Amino acid sequence: MTFFASISRRSALALSATVAMGLGTAALAAPSGTPVKVGGTLALTGPLSATALIHKLVGEIYVEDLNKKNGLLGRPVEWVLKDDQSRPDLARTLYEQIVTVDKVDLLIGPYATANILSAMGVAQRYNKVLIHHTFGIPSLAKYDMHFPTWATGHVPEVTLPNMMFDVLNAGPKPPKTIAIVTSKFPATHFMSVGARDIAKKRGLSEVLYLEWEFGNRDFGPIASRLKEAKPDFIWAGVIALEGMLLLDAMKKIDYPAPQMFHYLPSPGPMLKSPDAKNALAVTIFEQHAPMMSNFGATEFAKTFNERAAKAGLPDTQVDTQAAASFAAWQVLEAAVNGTKSFDDKVLAAWLKKNTVNTIQGPMRFDGPSNYGDDLSKIKQVQNGEWVVIWPRASAKPGVKHLLP
Amino acid sequence: MQFPSLELLGQSLLSGLFIGGLYGLLGLGLSLSWGMLRQINLAHFALSFLGAYLTYQLSSSFGVDPLITLVIVAPGFFVFGMAMHWVFARFKVTPFNSLLVTFGLTVIIESFIQWVWTADYRKLESHYADIKFKVGAMYIPLPELLTLLISVGLALVTWAVLRYTPIGKAMRAMAENPKMAAAFGVNEPMLALLLSGAASAFAGVAGACLALSFTLAPSQIYAWIGVVFSAVMIGGLGNPIGPLVAGIVIGMSEAATMAVTAPAWAPLVSFTLLIAVLILRPGKI
Repeated sequence: MTFFASISRRSALALSATVAMGLGTAALAAPSGTPVKVGGTLALTGPLSATALIHKLVGEIYVEDLNKKNGLLGRPVEWVLKDDQSRPDLARTLYEQIVTVDKVDLLIGPYATANILSAMGVAQRYNKVLIHHTFGIPSLAKYDMHFPTWATGHVPEVTLPNMMFDVLNAGPKPPKTIAIVTSKFPATHFMSVGARDIAKKRGLSEVLYLEWEFGNRDFGPIASRLKEAKPDFIWAGVIALEGMLLLDAMKKIDYPAPQMFHYLPSPGPMLKSPDAKNALAVTIFEQHAPMMSNFGATEFAKTFNERAAKAGLPDTQVDTQAAASFAAWQVLEAAVNGTKSFDDKVLAAWLKKNTVNTIQGPMRFDGPSNYGDDLSKIKQVQNGEWVVIWPRASAKPGVKHLLP
Repeated sequence: MQFPSLELLGQSLLSGLFIGGLYGLLGLGLSLSWGMLRQINLAHFALSFLGAYLTYQLSSSFGVDPLITLVIVAPGFFVFGMAMHWVFARFKVTPFNSLLVTFGLTVIIESFIQWVWTADYRKLESHYADIKFKVGAMYIPLPELLTLLISVGLALVTWAVLRYTPIGKAMRAMAENPKMAAAFGVNEPMLALLLSGAASAFAGVAGACLALSFTLAPSQIYAWIGVVFSAVMIGGLGNPIGPLVAGIVIGMSEAATMAVTAPAWAPLVSFTLLIAVLILRPGKI
């Protein structure tokens, strides 16, 4: 007797009713009505575009997921995304367009400090809430309805260098001398100037301080100066490609990096480069315990890994950029669900009073400039992967700070 | 200001020499098309990067030696350059309009690169990258040395062809006075096609050299325009040796600046040199 033949008529009726009820419930849960428009830009082209792929993918995953569930307050979500070409001036124009022509209900930020600042000006003019990712200079954010989801705290130029030097002091070989080399890209320069002050206060002897213009092509002379200065520790205020170019130049003159911190490197290429062995950097999220227990991390990481591989990204792991982007959408959803409203002033008031559980951990916006806790961590390249080594509570189980 | 050690200065100047060679190589095709065809070909930079990505792909996917990829890339680009010039000639594109049209072409090529290889960074891992020579206290990395040798070799060969061969003399006559050259039997349309093809092939060669030494990203196309334009203008339009010499002067000056003072001052060097040349010898450009 087959399985189907063994089912009684009554059982079959009961099963059909259950399936029908399930389908009915699903139909009720599906979002309907006029879509809620969420508008924003990303640097899809131009010098910052490598990172845009990550933010775009995260946004697509989140919006798809929202629409599979109940959307926002039962309405489907439409993401109005435009390309700001990595240009702050264009970001400003596009945000004007998004508000006045596309008439979006909600704004979501671009990434990178200058573009966010441009968008913030527009948001302020139209009294819109702006939830944004990876803003590097908190003191520049004066608008009271902006909400940063790169949880760096409001004085990262003090807290991050202090954290880095704490790591070094607790490590196997605390440095006595430091070289600070930095791009003049605003966010990295700001942080390196902060590191310079903190290093002095903590008694480190500065043997070299250099600045270069963003877009520098020849890192040979900078590598040679580092080699001659012989620092115990290098603070490299690099962004994107610059870290790899500097490491390449150091390799060409047979100068293996001592302990070296890269502020905003491109994480994928560094993982593949043997020259970046045990390099240090800052992060807010890495795809390992204990952070994988954070809100939404497991499901998101699984989807992101698959979609990133399909999109051909060299590094498919969730890290700072993806986590900041994901948290922005989580904060937006939490505020709308928490208030049952799309009104910007209501949303802003709610966000200032409530803690939101995100992939980075619980986020608050009740401090200076709407910044809350500093959730930064120090990570290191170890055996071909980025692992958090500090603070110890967030470190990957079993790892410790290694010397190059 | 602290005076650098001889080792630091020497290594920095070497670095400047190598990057200057690359400026010269990138400037070679640009100078020829600008000086002899009256086309200000901004797409030359995009073509160079397309060449770099093709080298990267052929090398990393099929294991082809990066230099051997030139057997495929250079002829392909030669044909592309000829086709591009045919279109320009067909629609009588003026020098100023060539700037606009080739800018558009640059954007198209950049978008194509981004579509195929994404905006993420690509690094060619080749066996050349691990080889370097030590001469005294100086290190000479092989990829940079190869770039310099290729740059010098191509500049000299192009100069010799233009100066000593009948076809080269005809090209120079065509550049000087196309109508008069045509009256003497010079096949101007065919020579222009060949010259445009050669300029594009040089872009492909420069691309292979870029791939050997640099991490690639589509937006990097624009990072080279200013300094290479300076090298071409200082070196003289249509002059194969000039951009190389000017490129090396700029590269070494920038490197010396970075060795002695703040590296942030380095970009001023190329443009200060350009302004000086424009003031002191305007007729030579």
